[in-house]
Parts: sequence; C-alpha cells; structure tokens
Amino acid sequence: MCRLALKTANEPFSPYEVLTAMEAMKEGYDGSGLGLLLRGLRFDCFKYNSSHPVLSGIAHSEAAWKRLNTIMEQRGYELIHDHKFLTETSLIEAKDRYRYFLRVYKMPAEFEQRSTEEIENELMLTRLFLRANGEENGNDLTAFSFWPDVAIIKEVGWPLEIGEALSLYDNRLTSRVCMAQGRQNTNYGINLYACHPFFIQGIATMTNGENTAFVPIRDWLLGQHFPGYTGYQSDSEVFAHILHYTVKQLKLPLQAYKHIITPLNNAELNRHPQGVFLRGLRDVCRRLIIDGPNAVIGTLADETCLLVMDQKKMRPATVGGRDGAWAIASEMCGVAAMIPDRDPSLDFQPMREHTIIVPPDRKELTIWSQLDPYPLAQVA
Amino acid sequence: MVSARSVSVGPSSLSYTDLPWIIQHREDRCTLCGHCTAVCPKEAIYLAYRRQRMPKLDVLKKSRGNEYRTFVGIRQKTTMANACIGCSMCSMVCPNEAIMPVPNTNEHRTLFFHNQKGQPQTRGGRRNVSGPNLLDRIMFDRISMLTDPALDAGRHEFNLTTTLGRTLDPAEFLKRQSKGGWIPPTREIFPFVIGSMSFGALSPNMWLGLLQGVAYCNEVLGIPVVMCTGEGGCPPWVLKSPYLKYIVLQIASGYFGWDEIIRAIPEMQCDPAAIEIKYGQGAKPGDGGLLMWFKVSKLIARLRGVPEGVDLPSPPVHQTLYSIEESVMKMIQTMSTAFGHKVPVYPKISASTSAKSVLNNLVRNPYAAGLLIDGVDGGTGAAYNVSMDATGHPIASNVRECYLDLVAQGKQNEIPIFAAGGIGKNGNVAQNGMALIMLGASGVHIGKYIMQAAAGCLGNEKNRCNVCNVGICPKGITSQNPKLYRRLDPDLVAERVTEVFMSISTEMKKIMAPLGRCQSLPVGMSDALGISDKDAADRLGIKYVC
Repeated sequence: MCRLALKTANEPFSPYEVLTAMEAMKEGYDGSGLGLLLRGLRFDCFKYNSSHPVLSGIAHSEAAWKRLNTIMEQRGYELIHDHKFLTETSLIEAKDRYRYFLRVYKMPAEFEQRSTEEIENELMLTRLFLRANGEENGNDLTAFSFWPDVAIIKEVGWPLEIGEALSLYDNRLTSRVCMAQGRQNTNYGINLYACHPFFIQGIATMTNGENTAFVPIRDWLLGQHFPGYTGYQSDSEVFAHILHYTVKQLKLPLQAYKHIITPLNNAELNRHPQGVFLRGLRDVCRRLIIDGPNAVIGTLADETCLLVMDQKKMRPATVGGRDGAWAIASEMCGVAAMIPDRDPSLDFQPMREHTIIVPPDRKELTIWSQLDPYPLAQVA
Repeated sequence: MVSARSVSVGPSSLSYTDLPWIIQHREDRCTLCGHCTAVCPKEAIYLAYRRQRMPKLDVLKKSRGNEYRTFVGIRQKTTMANACIGCSMCSMVCPNEAIMPVPNTNEHRTLFFHNQKGQPQTRGGRRNVSGPNLLDRIMFDRISMLTDPALDAGRHEFNLTTTLGRTLDPAEFLKRQSKGGWIPPTREIFPFVIGSMSFGALSPNMWLGLLQGVAYCNEVLGIPVVMCTGEGGCPPWVLKSPYLKYIVLQIASGYFGWDEIIRAIPEMQCDPAAIEIKYGQGAKPGDGGLLMWFKVSKLIARLRGVPEGVDLPSPPVHQTLYSIEESVMKMIQTMSTAFGHKVPVYPKISASTSAKSVLNNLVRNPYAAGLLIDGVDGGTGAAYNVSMDATGHPIASNVRECYLDLVAQGKQNEIPIFAAGGIGKNGNVAQNGMALIMLGASGVHIGKYIMQAAAGCLGNEKNRCNVCNVGICPKGITSQNPKLYRRLDPDLVAERVTEVFMSISTEMKKIMAPLGRCQSLPVGMSDALGISDKDAADRLGIKYVC
C-alpha cells in the first residue's frame, strides 16, 4: 500500500522532514518511488516572488535540456532563477537523468492584459506542450508542473534515498506545504507521470488505494476535451481532475467534492436538508463517483489542505497537529514523525462522511461531515 | 409391393419420425385416465382403439389359429396442425409416468411444411439458435487483488440502482438549478427491468402476478424493479392505482390502449415510471406488433378499443410520421408534455447498424430520456419465423458502439442506453446483464427470461412450444382462454418474481465485489471484461484472454 504524508506549517520547512515521516511508515511498503509536491516556496539564495511560475521536471538528456530552453524562450518566458539540486547520481536507480530542474520564470509582459483564466490555461498548455515534446522525443523530457509557487519532484526508488540524492536535507529549498507519496507499483506500468501527487492548475491530490471506477471516469473526463484532462498513467490521477472539475469548472465549494465522489445513499439524502439538490448533483455527476479503497489528500492554490475517505472508509488516514502546523498521513506514526510536539489525543481519523479541511490560516481543522448542511446559498 | 395409389399418402403426409417430437407412450403403465389428451394444447394425442392379433398354436391338436385382443392406447397425430410441440404437459399431468415427448434426433420433415395454405410459419419465442451466446462467454477478469480489504458481497452496502431518464451536463444542471429551470425527470430503478410484454400477449393472471411481484420487490424488499406494459394499454384499475409508479407505459404504432390511458390521466394518483415509445423490436425488426385473433378476448378488445376476435397487427411504422427524426422531435415532446414533463420518455428501437444515428438524434432532443436497444435474441409473442431467425442485429456490439459514440462526445449516460435481447437466454441473467452494463448499458430489459423463470414458460431455442401467438400456452402464460390461464396462479408468479430479483441482486453483488465496485453500477467498466475470442475482443474493445 502506498504511504502518504502531508505537512502544512506557517513556517517553511524542509521536505526532508516529510521524507523522514515516510521512513517512519516504511513497514509493509515496497518503496518503489517518490512524489513530492512543495507549495509556498522559499529559496535560501533567492528572494522568490510567489506570483512567478515555477517549472519543475526532469531533462533526461542534454538535447532535451536545450529544447526546453528554446521552447520556454519561444513562448516568451524569461528565466529568473534556476535552482540547481546538488545531485548524487549514484543514489538514483535510473541512469538517464541529465538534470532535475526547478526554474522560476517571469511571465511575458503581454499576460498583464489577460484574464486569470487565460493565464492559467496558458501555464497549463505550456506544461502540456513540454510533456508532449518529451513524449515525441523518446520520453527525454518530463514536465511535472508549471505554476506559481509549486514545485514537484518525482523519481523511482526509495524515498529517503531520493531525498539524499537530491540533497533535500540542505535547507536550500523549503516550503509551507509539502505532500509526499511513496509510490507502490500499482496496476499500471512504472512511469514517472504515474507518481502521485497529480497536479492540474494549482490543484494537487495524492491517494493510497485503488480507484476501481477509473476507466469510466477517465472516459468521461477525456470526453470533456479539456486539454489538462490527459495522462491517466495512474487510476488516481482522476481524483485530482475531479477536484479540478468541481472547484474550477463547476465553481462549487470544496465540500461538493465529497458529495460528487462519494454521494450519500438515498436514505441519508432523504434526511439531508439539501437532499433534493444533492440527489440532483449525484445524478448528474454519477460518472464521477469513485470506488474502491481510497484516502485522498489534496491541496489547493491558496494552501488549503484536505483529506477525504472513500465511501466505506477502507483506507487509513490520520490528521493531527497544532495551531500553525498540521500533518496528514496514511499512518499514525507518520503524523507523529512530522509534528512530534502536538497533543496526540486530539488526532483525528476521519470516517466515511468526513472531509478534513486545513484552511490557509492553519489555526484549526474543519471536520466537515457530508451529513451537515451543504454550504451553497442558492440551494438553501 | 402394392401400387402407390392403394396407400393413403400425399405430399404432406408425415410419419412419427418426421415430427420434431415423438410421443413415447408406455401402455403397461397407462391407466387410460385421459389427463394427457385433455391437457395437450395441440390435440396432438388421442385415445385410439387398436386390435392385436394373438397367434394361437395347439401343438397336441396340430392346429394353428389366431385370437384377437382389443385395447385402448394413446396415439400421436402426424398432421402439421397437430404436431407435438414438446411442451411435456402430458407427462406433467400423467399420474403414472406413462407418457412423454422425446426430441427427434433425426432431421425432421416438418421444416418443409410450415407453409400450409400458403401461410409461412408464425410463432412466439426467440430466434431458434441455441447454445452459449456471446454474453455468456464474457468473463469479469479485473479482480481487485492488489489492494485490500476486498469487498464483501454479503456484508457491505452496495448501490445497485441505475438512472432512467436524461441527466444534464453538471454545469447545465447547476445553471438551471440556480435559475429555477426545468430539470428533466429521472427515476432510480433496478437495472434489470421487466421488458415490454403486453396485456394481451400475456394472460391476465400472468400480468397480475408480475405486478404483484414488482410491487413486493419495491415495497417490501426495497428492490426498485419496474415493468413495461408493452403495446396494448394497461388495465384501468392499475392506471388509477399507486402501483402505476412501477409501470413503464408503452406506446407503439397501433396506439392500442391509449384511449384508456389518456382518459385516466386526470385520475392518476402518481406518475408512471416512464413512457416507452416503441419503434422497433429486436425479435422482428421492421415489423409491427401482432396480436393474433385467437387472443383478442372480450377483455382485451375492450382495453384496446377494438372488436373481439380480429387480428391486431400494428403497422411497422408510426403512421402519422415520416421518419424517426420527426418522431423523435414530435412524439417524445408530445408525450413528455402530456405528463407535465415529469415522466421520462424514451424510444425503443431494434438493434441495427443505424442505431447510432437514432442515438445522436436523441442526444440533441432535450426531452429524450434514454434509448432502449433490443437485440436479435429478444423474444416476441407473435412473429413470422423468418423475421425472428434471420433479421436483426446482436445487442452486444450495438450497445458498445453506441456507448463509445457517446464517450467520444463526453455524454455517456446523459442519455442512458438500455439493452435488451437475449439476456438470460441460457439462464445466466445476472452475468449477461452485468456484461452489457460494463459494455456501456445503463440497464437491461428482460422479458422472455422472466416468463421462463417466474412462470415456467416452456419455450426454448430448439423450437419447443413457442405457440404464444395462437393463445394455447399450456402454462397459461400467454393465453386469453380462461381454461388455460387459470392454470397459472398469480400469487405463485409473484413469489417467483421476488425470488428472481433477490437472486439477481445477490449475483450482481457477487460480480461487483471482486471487481472492487460497490458505490455505483459499473456502467462502461470495460476494463473488467475479457473474452477468449480475439475478434469479439477487438470488436468490443475489451481484453482478449486465453
């Protein structure tokens, strides 16, 4: 089973802290890969303006590296910082890693005239263009994210070793939010893009489990012909896209996510104050109902963090912390490793109806139940 | 050798071995009670006096002679009109196991004489092709072995329902919701629907038994089964009862029974489950419904608003319309309006290479609530044999094609596709139905299977029985003759209906649990399917397994 760890704190911290939590949860886990997402970035040698997009990925050859530079220049992006990982390649299993990159760009001046939505689409299309370019050239270029204040690292191997290989312990790169997933081989082939967390336009999720309703959901998302709904090397990628669809396309509150992926049953809907609306929502979003054992951990662009369980709560997940710092992990020992100075008696293990939301102010948790009134004025 | 003229044979003369079924009668067991001859729907057997010579040899007197014994025995008629249909009612009623029909393993001559008086063979039942069909060969092979805990079919909660009715695109739904716009009606139903069999095709006792069973499933067992009337209306007491919500009312090209329905609208206590507009039927595509005069009893005549004892052939097309496009536009909208836009209205067509065009037409019609596609293996109460055996399109590839067409548009399940035609043909009803659901159907209709499972219909695909058209159903399922239909106890039919649906829902769970599915019906979960036939796998876009 995959191991998940998320830490969010007011003070930026090293991703290595989260990797040690992964190590604490190592029992019963094959350590076949690592996916890291950092949000709320701070570079020790560069004063970062969080409105500038950060491109992260891997160039597998010098040629790919050169193409990357050309493409970004052609699209009008100006490189303002290039974070160089101190890389110990001997610790990396794969041998075709020319350069891990994490580069801060300045958006073209003409973007100032554009709407937020247009800019967000352009950033996504740039990432997809780079990805397609890599795929056309024998997968020699991997682009994980291109978004303000977000960095992603994915690699095959044991999480802690990857952290050491990239010298993540050196505090040169820290963040306020860090999501990490130790990827186990799932049903689909080993592929860097199959690593969690999955990212689309500021929204990211990671999951431990198996989405058995993957194919019908994927088919429907592909049918929306939204450029970002692509990839699907992992059955969990649809969780990120459904979250994106919920909050970005349908513009629904975060609480709707749970109602869409695991709707209430008829008896519960009959008792619910907005049961009629929620039944309608369930019917029209029936194709997005997930299935199988899953704990979904996500983060949004404003640093909100969330955790939801599958409809039968067939996966473990715990949240714990204190004012200013919270951790979510698939194992209790993971939470303990990330925030040892908390009151463990206040740790919470959400049940099937819960959505845990850690708001950006990180003062306290919101434990929201699906059975609670739904926060949308027009259906009240 | 004698001259041919002295032997009474004609071109159509047949002997026992020419018939599809041969009556085996054991005189040593027969008590001559006459039950068998009385029950035989074809009058295929009769009591006959026979004389037997008993040779007598007196050795001492050195004389030879004969004595004659007279006895009464059961004999089989060899005329086409009375050829045994293998229903076995004779053996069912025989107190002494003295009689039974035996299938003739030789090729039989009756095949060439089903055209007496220039009339091609008409019959009820299904296409006479037996053996495993494609659906039977599909396996559910994506077993969730990697993640645990697996689902427990016996203990976990499963959502087995499907949506009948149009679902909007989510964004459109929210827009209408906020502006108070019309949200198309939907029903949450059990995905196995009792398919359209008319009050007329079925006997009153059968119909009553089905309705009782359906009501019990809904109200006691919590299995939201619905049933479709078929063409020919619905008894007025049902129209005005609270049970109407379990009924899909069908309108077809003969419009039989719709006078009564329209008149009953103001008095309806609830809305019907849906309205089905029949444009075609898988068993006899391009042909209209047919109720032969044998079955047009006084009750049926009243219900349909026609004289008694006349053939009721519905036209193959809806006479008031030029094309299905026009029909889709006008008729669906009209029916939706008649019921205040609160009842889903969907068409039923026969599976065909043109099904996709119909579907795409429906996608653009805001009032269309679904599409039912009926495949070549569907049953019928009456049709020409050639229509049943040689015309039509199998359901699996047709449904798959239509579903994938919707997938390409991102509109799957907005217009739910229901599939029919041969589901449970070999008894594997849940397996067949779930295979179609995973190929993209939102649910399936079962008609013939229900007759077989709930009422003991004897028909099969080796042309056993299949006399539904002439109203002599030996079980009383498809007869309007009170002497026959009183054989069928509606309470027992109802009991069987509930048993069937309880068992289907358990089997559905047993199929879904290993696949890791419980939250929603696995519509379009084609990754779970495999078949050991490369061509079929390629055609359906599923895995080839061996």
